[in-house]
Amino acid sequence: MDRDICIQVKDASVRFNIASEKINNLKEYAIKLLKRELRFKEFYALKDVNLTVRQGESWALVGPNGAGKSTLLKLICRIIAPYKGTVWVRGSIAPMIELGAGFDPNLTAEENIYINGAILGYSRQFIREHFNQIVDFAEVGNFLGMPIKNYSSGMRARLGFAIATVVKPDILVVDEVLAVGDVAFQKKCMNRMQEMLSEGTTLLFVSHSNDTVRKMCKNAIWLDHGQVRMTGAADEVCSAYEKSQQSK
Amino acid sequence: MKRDISAWKFRIQMLLKYRYLLLLLVERDIKLKYRRSVLGYIWSVLNPLLTMLIMMLVFSHMFGKKIENFPVYLICGHILFSFMREACTLAMNSIVGNAALLKKVYVPKYIFTLAKVTSSLVNLMFSLGALLIVMLITKVPLTWNSLLIVIPIAELYIFCIGLGLFLAQANVFFRDVANIWSVVTLAWMYLTPIFYSIDDLSPTLRYWIPKLNPMYIYITQFRDFILSGGWTWTVLIWRGLIISLLMLVIGLWSFTRNKDKFILYI
Repeated sequence: MDRDICIQVKDASVRFNIASEKINNLKEYAIKLLKRELRFKEFYALKDVNLTVRQGESWALVGPNGAGKSTLLKLICRIIAPYKGTVWVRGSIAPMIELGAGFDPNLTAEENIYINGAILGYSRQFIREHFNQIVDFAEVGNFLGMPIKNYSSGMRARLGFAIATVVKPDILVVDEVLAVGDVAFQKKCMNRMQEMLSEGTTLLFVSHSNDTVRKMCKNAIWLDHGQVRMTGAADEVCSAYEKSQQSK
Repeated sequence: MKRDISAWKFRIQMLLKYRYLLLLLVERDIKLKYRRSVLGYIWSVLNPLLTMLIMMLVFSHMFGKKIENFPVYLICGHILFSFMREACTLAMNSIVGNAALLKKVYVPKYIFTLAKVTSSLVNLMFSLGALLIVMLITKVPLTWNSLLIVIPIAELYIFCIGLGLFLAQANVFFRDVANIWSVVTLAWMYLTPIFYSIDDLSPTLRYWIPKLNPMYIYITQFRDFILSGGWTWTVLIWRGLIISLLMLVIGLWSFTRNKDKFILYI
């Protein structure tokens, strides 16, 4: 295999079983089974998707809502296992599907930094050494003892971003998470991501803003109804996608 | 075969990588449980003591006369059974309760189940403080043999991890497992000699309970080490160990088999 390749998704499909009515208890399951009413509708969130990403590339995932962009990211982050096909990833991933996922609202910011770091797989020593760096980036120095439930959503996002990007990951996965937060913060995050890119980190990026996509990414993949419509240079894919959006 | 071995090697590496998360989750459970209460950790000691007093009030006339040192007999059975019930109930909800997180970040899912059983184990340690108080008051001597209670506790811990994993994965697919479980624990409690002696039961039950009820096995070992200050029936130790390992295998098997499907149901 090519040594540069760090993500390879081959013919991957993700299938959800949507029960015609949601059955999540044994009693109903047994009744429906006896009455032979148990039917499942199959729904493919992704169908036969292929994607090869090389070390240091920046990829944008574009497409309308429900196209499977987040599902593809989750597939790469190992949150979802493929129903068919294979997903192969080399290197460490910093997942930002949602900033501050796993913050416990009742714990203070300080305690949450440790727990959230541990969720991302950091060691105690690593978090201790980088604690100040996280706090400085998130600008929450004065609120460390406050329970997270009293934080504003912007502050929470800042803290989440700071924790997730304190490592230098091989692959940075960013779902539409920067929408919250003010302009200054967004700019700060963009700079941080650019900095990582220039250091050789691979980027996977979801955004509905084509301008941001053009600025951040060189390549793009366009998904529609779980299938790949187009892969190629970000500029071309974005233009084609814009055209299809306008003609609707 | 070779793939199996490397898969297990990978799993153990992951457990080591996330051991700090496990520690933090256990710490969080214990911290949050008592953050708002004035008496704090004392509650964990007080709770089994009060329950024991109530049980004594009700049952000592009925069963207490035939059982030597009834208070210690009661509290031994009570704290072990409560541990099992608490550990498994919390473990059962460990996957469903962390749905929001498991949808967004990759974490080995069993860490949450393991954390719940372990934080219940810490609570059991506090309950042992209550046991110690009752032992002092009723003048039961503390001997080196009393330390052998780590054997039944370790067996019960493994048993609870297995049962907890099984319940956690079942609860993802069928949410009424929680209701069924609460009925099961009630029946289980009455079928375990906690406040009565096994000799009071019918011959049939007296034959089957020591063979089929793991809680009887663990509690009896525990009581033997504490009350008689001697050894227990060796067969019980083996039987307890085999049952706990068997439960662990069932739990691990059902959990690993279904874990990739969790995300579609939570």
